[in-house]
Amino acid sequence: MSIDMSQFHQVFFEECFEGLEAMESGLLTLDMGAIDSEIINTIFRGAHSIKGGSGTFGFTIVADYTHIMETLLDEMRDGRRQVTQPAVDVLLGSVDCLREMLTAIQNERVVDDVSVAKHKTALEIVLNGGSMEKESVSPVEPEWASVDAVVNIAPDIIEEKSVELAEQGWKIAFCPYLDLLKTGNDPVRLFRELNQLGELTTIANIQDVPGFYEIDPEECNISWDLKVSGDISEDEIREIFNWVEGDCEMDIQSLAKVVKPAPVIKKVDPEPSPVSTPNNPVQKLVEVKPKVVAEAKKADAQDSVNETAKTTVKASSIRVDTDKIDTLINMVGEVVITQSMLGLVGENFTMDKVGQLKRGLAQLERHTRDLQQSVMNIRMLPISFVFSRFPRLVHDISNKLDKKIVLKLVGENTEVDKAVVELINDPLVHLIRNSLDHGIEMPADRVAAGKSETGTIELKAYHRGGHIVIEIIDDGRGLDKDKFLAKAVEKGLIEENNLLTEKQIFELIFMPGFSTAEQLTDISGRGVGMDVVRRNIQSLGGNIEIISELGKGTTIAIHLPLTLAILDGQSVAVGDETYIVPLMSIIESINITERMLNKVAGKGETFRLRNEYLPVIRMRGIFNVHSGNPTKPKEGVLVVVEGQGELCCLLVDELLGQQQVVIKSLEANYRRVEGVSGATILGDGSVALILDVPGLVRFSIR
Amino acid sequence: MTTDVQSNNSRVEQFLTFQLADEAYGVEILKVQEIRGWEVVRVIPNTPDFVKGVLNLRGSVVPIIDLRERFSLERCEYSPKTVVIVLCVEHGPNQFVMGIVADAVSDVLDINLADIKKAPNFGSKIDTRYMRGMHVYKKKMIMLLDVDKLLNPDEVDGIDSLV
Repeated sequence: MSIDMSQFHQVFFEECFEGLEAMESGLLTLDMGAIDSEIINTIFRGAHSIKGGSGTFGFTIVADYTHIMETLLDEMRDGRRQVTQPAVDVLLGSVDCLREMLTAIQNERVVDDVSVAKHKTALEIVLNGGSMEKESVSPVEPEWASVDAVVNIAPDIIEEKSVELAEQGWKIAFCPYLDLLKTGNDPVRLFRELNQLGELTTIANIQDVPGFYEIDPEECNISWDLKVSGDISEDEIREIFNWVEGDCEMDIQSLAKVVKPAPVIKKVDPEPSPVSTPNNPVQKLVEVKPKVVAEAKKADAQDSVNETAKTTVKASSIRVDTDKIDTLINMVGEVVITQSMLGLVGENFTMDKVGQLKRGLAQLERHTRDLQQSVMNIRMLPISFVFSRFPRLVHDISNKLDKKIVLKLVGENTEVDKAVVELINDPLVHLIRNSLDHGIEMPADRVAAGKSETGTIELKAYHRGGHIVIEIIDDGRGLDKDKFLAKAVEKGLIEENNLLTEKQIFELIFMPGFSTAEQLTDISGRGVGMDVVRRNIQSLGGNIEIISELGKGTTIAIHLPLTLAILDGQSVAVGDETYIVPLMSIIESINITERMLNKVAGKGETFRLRNEYLPVIRMRGIFNVHSGNPTKPKEGVLVVVEGQGELCCLLVDELLGQQQVVIKSLEANYRRVEGVSGATILGDGSVALILDVPGLVRFSIR
Repeated sequence: MTTDVQSNNSRVEQFLTFQLADEAYGVEILKVQEIRGWEVVRVIPNTPDFVKGVLNLRGSVVPIIDLRERFSLERCEYSPKTVVIVLCVEHGPNQFVMGIVADAVSDVLDINLADIKKAPNFGSKIDTRYMRGMHVYKKKMIMLLDVDKLLNPDEVDGIDSLV
């Protein structure tokens, strides 16, 4: 019986990535003080499913790796091992490593063996008690986790093993932490003891030793590769290193099984770990399978418990709530009923059935609209798809910056279109990095400013009108208006004595090339800037604004349309052309006479609307429309629109009607056109262009 | 020439030929998606003149390019005989659908690749980048166009208009 396994690969990868997400968020929520066994269980289950699945599909390298993680997690689960922050960090690293491996396999790239080996060694060290708390918690002899797992990669290793069996002894990669000497341990003493067991050869790696003037004699910068030959048990060696267990990283391998001295990069050993029995992969498969089934069941149960299946990976498939599908099916049923009713009316149609027909059509219209709505609903995903990755980001960056920051997520279940979810991620990452790096101050500065040591970043999503609003609120140092102004003047972006409102000043941050950071860091302050963020958000049809108070914090609010596929539009005529103006952006429409328009400096036209002068854009002129009668303003209609907080008037010939339009991309077959955000197809089959109001406003200002 | 046809590495490709101001042009038939009559298109503002506008092709919005204007030939009124050849253009990893306006389509020819002559170099005066080559058929010259180069969105942008 042969089944083409590759057809399940996609599902497998998706499940793996979901599992990784679950593990990651579990690891991040682990509180060192009070370990929640349920969280550990969740993490364990994630690792276990990945291991089982990858075994089934023959991705041994992944299975082997996960096996080590699993062993570690298993011990944590049983309480045989304490959960420590270093261990959690290593596990987080492993999650990343697994993700890389899986992505590589998915894209049929070669897995980066070196980085895998690096993470694996780190894991093994934790497993063997390398960075555990002082008293060795596990009474159990640290088992060779990798033993039966690492059959992988090179079968020739096994062969060579038999050749080299003659040599007995151990190879030890010994890499003390910097402060080994401060704990009163002397490596030389250790070596002496080792030498008593058998013949010892030592190779010192001194590449980490700093220059002469930077040397701190109390720091141990050297690591060693040791080789002891003779008939010695591993326990004897471990006993010698017992005292330094918490102060070093080390890796002990039996020489009998090690293939030639591997190119050792410090303590990292890119060669696979030893193999005890050359076990048969087929056998292993058989053994794994029943587990997979059991695990799958468990995973299902888990799924129903916490329904939010989290993936931030750009998935080409989406998971849909069954409720949504049920609604959809109901709706389709309704449509079918209405259709058959209409069919009945039409069969023997007489004029007295007109009323019935009209009722039927009205019903059909309603159902079609509902149907459309629920189909759109399927595309809606909770914003948590994006949010879920930020705890990790904040965790990593705040550690790196030595800042204390908590991230609060609010409104994660707010739903938004899949396309928006995919595109909003990068701008959000950028903004959050900014808040982390520039917004929140160092703990000491915070205390000095009378704030709590721990900074807060709140990520908040909610619906308002037809928009979703995403806010990033930090309680950091806020934006300095005066500094902004000075910088803008210095860069020649504005004139020195320009009077700008607060809002306009903050808008400066979106100008290309504007950065107030005195110093670039590797987290933010270089590369893509806020101008790119704003452009991305605008390309989604949204806008972004900043509210900030010096010393109190900054709020960045992003407004985005709920969906990118449908829009309520007002069709307007200009000559023979029909354009669609998004209804959201229209403030009002006014019939005007020529006298109401004023020329400014002989060129720009303005319109006075309730004591406010608004620029007028003649659509005919800006779009070079020559057909029809040239607009005499007295016959025209002014549509007052708002784009990016600026008001302006579009002068068109006529208002036609309001309708919902399906947005078609112009870029799919052509390119972006200034002033046009897309196209749509009208009831008569012809194409109409949808106006990009913020774009037009920008266009008119220039 | 006959010896060429018999040679081993000769391959035959089919080309759709069409008329533009009494000149014959050809495009690879595999690039042609469909041929339709001219219909009124929606003008896109602020684009080069040779981009006539966009058309609704079963739900997707397809730009239409007038090759006469693209090649700076004399313009002519569109008649019922005017056709739009809808082509599938590859540009990097992306595929675009675009239409070109031609006076009339004439024929589908089997052309041996060995019979395609390289376009002569006219110096900088005439741009032959968009030419795949020339072919002589019944004593008439047919210019074979490289659709992917001619119609890629950057070119159609008008940034790089003809010399």
